[in-house]
Amino acid sequence: MHTQGRDRTALTQPADEMSKSERPNPLFRNLNAKVASIPMILTAGVVFVGGTLWTVLYSFTNSKLLPRLNFVGLDQYYRLWVTPRWLISIENLLIYGAISLVFSLVIGFLLAALLDQKIRFEDTFRTIFLYPFALSFIVTGLVWQWLLNPDFGIQHVVRGLGWESFSFDPLYNSSIVIYGISIAALWQGTGLIMCLMLAGLRGIDEDIWKAARVDGIPMWKTYLFIIIPMMRPVFITTLVIIASGIVKVYDLVVAQTSGGPGIASEVPAKYVYDYMFFAQNLGQGFAASTMMLLSVVIVIVPWAYLEFGRRK
Amino acid sequence: MRYKLLTAALAATAALQFAGPAAATDLEVTHWWTSGGEAAAVAELAKAFDATGNHWVDGAIAGSGGTARPIMISRITGGDPMGATQFNHGRQAEELVQAGLMRDLTDVATKGKWTEIVRPKSLLDSCTIDGKIYCVPVNIHSWQWLWLSNEAFQKAGVPVPKDWNEFVAAAPALEKAGIVPLAVGGQAWQSSGAFDVLLAAVGGSDAFLKVYKDKDAKFAAGPEVAKVFKAADDARKMAKNTNVQDWNQATNMVITGKAGGQIMGDWAQGEFQVAGKTAGKDYTCLPGLGLNEVIATGGDAFYFPLLKDADKAKAQEVLAETLLDPKTQVAFNLKKGSLPVRGDVDLNAANDCMKKGLAILAKGAVIPWTDQLLSQDTQKQKEDLFAEFFAKPELTVEDAQKRFAALIASAD
Repeated sequence: MHTQGRDRTALTQPADEMSKSERPNPLFRNLNAKVASIPMILTAGVVFVGGTLWTVLYSFTNSKLLPRLNFVGLDQYYRLWVTPRWLISIENLLIYGAISLVFSLVIGFLLAALLDQKIRFEDTFRTIFLYPFALSFIVTGLVWQWLLNPDFGIQHVVRGLGWESFSFDPLYNSSIVIYGISIAALWQGTGLIMCLMLAGLRGIDEDIWKAARVDGIPMWKTYLFIIIPMMRPVFITTLVIIASGIVKVYDLVVAQTSGGPGIASEVPAKYVYDYMFFAQNLGQGFAASTMMLLSVVIVIVPWAYLEFGRRK
Repeated sequence: MRYKLLTAALAATAALQFAGPAAATDLEVTHWWTSGGEAAAVAELAKAFDATGNHWVDGAIAGSGGTARPIMISRITGGDPMGATQFNHGRQAEELVQAGLMRDLTDVATKGKWTEIVRPKSLLDSCTIDGKIYCVPVNIHSWQWLWLSNEAFQKAGVPVPKDWNEFVAAAPALEKAGIVPLAVGGQAWQSSGAFDVLLAAVGGSDAFLKVYKDKDAKFAAGPEVAKVFKAADDARKMAKNTNVQDWNQATNMVITGKAGGQIMGDWAQGEFQVAGKTAGKDYTCLPGLGLNEVIATGGDAFYFPLLKDADKAKAQEVLAETLLDPKTQVAFNLKKGSLPVRGDVDLNAANDCMKKGLAILAKGAVIPWTDQLLSQDTQKQKEDLFAEFFAKPELTVEDAQKRFAALIASAD
């Protein structure tokens, strides 16, 4: 115990001396804050950037179960882009992404706008809409797997009510299974989007509404041409949240269909996991994850350039 | 020299301290045997090991091999190895051995004369890498079985088929009676395994070996394999109304007479036993689909990670010997529904289907299984292809065969 205490004072002393020093060295300005952020800088540098570079490097090798530096050029990427399962995964991600993006924004904003009409029991509705977000994707997936199961779920109930020919089994139909998965994702995710939008709407000054009313502008026009452009930062935050959710979708698919029927509802993240761990082919998994990163970079970089580059 | 003496003295005192019956060493054993029959079988192994004065710490991992293997591998590569672990013998642990993470059992094997007692020889071959033995095979599981529900055929008014061709011919009658002719669960390994069985049965053992052992892509694109794809096309048409995922749910369809039959390994037998069904009376088993009576020598084996702890290393040797002990072999395999790896044990208690398997084994009509011939990577690609083929009628037989041949060309 004693030695430990002494060590600690010995360590902190030089830092104290430096902060007391009179020379204004810019490196030591706000030293406490800088010291406090070292763990995060290390995490970001070593884990995120380092791990990413390591993954990209090894995607050019033929590593199997264990990583090995045996370079094979672009072989892994060539194989990836002729694999039907990867192509199906990409197609599914595009469909799923388009649906999530459009519908969670539209539904989220509509719900928020409706809640913003100073209705009664707003808190209750907000809680109900946000509640699914408290569930993990695994639970959401299982709930919707049962709801969409033709033998127990919606189809069974409707048939029980007398519509004998009613058919609704998206999870068992290869051509529409990805829409069945999107339904569950929307149910889970729109509540959060609604809350973000609602916060944005509440941030709009009351006077703007009054001015619009004085000018006799109809409500929908006020929303569309005044409020939404003013909510730009909120929309950008929302967009980032939705987009990151799209690229990493994995657990929802595992819980609902585990990629089936056949390979009709596979997604890229699942391809990466399956090839790294089940197929014991790290090189192939790394190549696939590098492609996922690349797709994010292709979207983010031009946007960041437009967003931040313009101001300078 | 003095240092060595000192160590020896220390070791001696340590040994003295721990001598006697209380020397029980805990050895954690990981495996993925979690269904009813499997758990009963693994309990036999634990009992036998505990009887040696050591202690079996059960590390069952629920899910299936696919879920368990990544966990086991990351524990071994991550520096937290268990005492022993199950794998399917063959190529699943190949790289772990090459990386020097697994223990060389050659000494124990020579002492126990494994090369003489283990049959067929190919079992020990798939445990051997560079002339050294790294695993203990514990059983033989063969995939080559067609399980038929006698009740379903009675209901459809057709005799129980004697081979695959009669089965295909009986399918329309079954369908008319509201019975799904062939149950194939939705998990990818089931459709892929069913195709491999068809390849060995319809194409014959030579065709099977040419494709998976020699990796002859030209042959895989040729007319003989086309015949197999035609049979697989029949199979997927017969299976199209199976709305279940797990293999045992599909087996249950056969047990209850909702399905005519299922292509599944001999582990399905445990399900029939638990349901109280009798082979021959309630259900019929056709090895090699009745066309080509061979069985594949897949199965399970135990691997021993390299450990620093000397006591545990000693316990590993004891466990390795226990696993091959004739008494353990009989007790374990009867519960598991698999065949023992030594030919000199008595299996009087075996049922009809197991006896059929033993007779084929005695004749030597065996082929190596895909676990032994193909890498996990190739296996996974094959699973993806057949999962798609069975679920998607639009994928034509010709296209599927073309993709299969390409897969074999790049297989390793």
